[in-house]
Amino acid sequence: MVLAGRTILDRVSFTVAPGSFTGLIGSNGAGKTTLLKTILGLVKPTSGTVSIGGAAGPRRDPIVGYVPQKIALEPDAPLRARDLIGLGLDGHRYGMTRPSARRRNLIDEILAAVNATRFADRRVGRLSGGEQQRVMIAHALISRPRLLLLDEPLANLDIGSSHEVVELLRRIATDQGIAIVLTAHDMNPLLHAMDRIVYIARGRAVSGTTAEVVRTETLSELYGYHVEVIHAAGRVLVAAGEAGEGKNARTPPAPPDSQVG
Amino acid sequence: MFETFMINAFETSAIVAIVSGVVGFFTVLRGAAFAAHAIPNGAFAGAAGASLLGISKLVGLGVFALVGAVLIAALGRRSRSDVATALTVALLLGLGDLFLSRSEEYSAQVFALLFGDILGVASYQIVPTALLGLACILVILMLYRPLLLSSVVPDVAEARGISPRWMDLAFLIILALVTTMAVPIVGAFLIFSLLIGPAAAARAFTDRPLPAMVMSSCIALVVVWAAIAVSYTTNLPVGFFVGSFSGLCYGLGRGWAIWGDRLRMSGRPAG
Repeated sequence: MVLAGRTILDRVSFTVAPGSFTGLIGSNGAGKTTLLKTILGLVKPTSGTVSIGGAAGPRRDPIVGYVPQKIALEPDAPLRARDLIGLGLDGHRYGMTRPSARRRNLIDEILAAVNATRFADRRVGRLSGGEQQRVMIAHALISRPRLLLLDEPLANLDIGSSHEVVELLRRIATDQGIAIVLTAHDMNPLLHAMDRIVYIARGRAVSGTTAEVVRTETLSELYGYHVEVIHAAGRVLVAAGEAGEGKNARTPPAPPDSQVG
Repeated sequence: MFETFMINAFETSAIVAIVSGVVGFFTVLRGAAFAAHAIPNGAFAGAAGASLLGISKLVGLGVFALVGAVLIAALGRRSRSDVATALTVALLLGLGDLFLSRSEEYSAQVFALLFGDILGVASYQIVPTALLGLACILVILMLYRPLLLSSVVPDVAEARGISPRWMDLAFLIILALVTTMAVPIVGAFLIFSLLIGPAAAARAFTDRPLPAMVMSSCIALVVVWAAIAVSYTTNLPVGFFVGSFSGLCYGLGRGWAIWGDRLRMSGRPAG
């Protein structure tokens, strides 16, 4: 993956199964968003392929749902949460929205599935960040995608709401058989939920189960210098060790989870 | 009040108002007020150029409005869109100055292009106004859903295959069509107040997109008709009343919204 002449990601390879929950973990600027955009087909890889459901899926088909980090909508915009969710169903089509009982039921169902019924009729721009995020998850889910991508869904949430969102996503993956891939700079809130972890650093990635990847040996090899994986109180801390045998004279970049969550 | 010229005025201004209300809904939603100001002003230069060449003013308006729309979209891709919009309108107005300096145009006619000439609308102007208005409405109805999605969450729309750049260009071309339709009737300055005021007022009265769009058209219609009627009785210019009524509607909308919020607050138990 080369962007503006700079190699961002190289030889990143992983697969996700239906109903599984995958975390793309890496520090800011590691290339997580680029990887999501590649899966969405918005960024073309220099070499390699992305295949969804066995074939390189056409983007217009709602095979892939996408939830951005945050939405920027002014508070006065005349658009309720349920209007925005309805656009997830048919917003890419030409013409006007045709209201029907079936459409309304689908919206109500998905509102209930993400616990958003309470603010369904409020203006989206007036909702809190966490509420807007649930609306966007519903917006992505209503078209029944096979893969749901979320960009840093936990970045702006407090610990309690971030736990709720992880539980919600975990349940959606299992109940609806959707493969969920999300990016995060802190893996701790996801540790118990992830089936697979893709750990990105220095333009490369390792993937596997958390037990396989989050180990001193594996991550040290990825970073190219010694990092220590410390388990403490059910959390993981990746700390930079000494630059091994002096072959990395420059200061190593800080690992993503340099503080315990 | 119902002589032929008044009937013409009521008819054409109704078309202009309804179309402006619909397009204004998206203008306000997309935060495109600056483009809605720039394209009509730039197009004014086209009308000046057309009268210099002795061709139809509508053609001059249309060509310059489209050039303005395409320039804003093209320049806006690589740099900030407000800068691109400002440079486009500056370039077109510069040409307008050049054209006016070469032409023998009466200043009254120039004035009419800037502030409109609703009471001077001739019967032959009704058909082109209606056709251009119909084209705008049809394009908006066709693009309604993707344009709405792309205006609200552009990156999500892009992930669904709706290119934000194409939507931007499409919307600017719609603005160019509205401009061509409305400048000969209400003028380059006042089309701006019809695009923004009613749409901004409408969102105070409803929180749903389609009703907001319809209400925006209704408010624009009331504003224009009231302005014509008051202008007829007071002998003051229509433009003065269009501008001030449009602002007044926005003020009423804000007041209504604040009052509604207070009512809801007091209706709820504290905390």
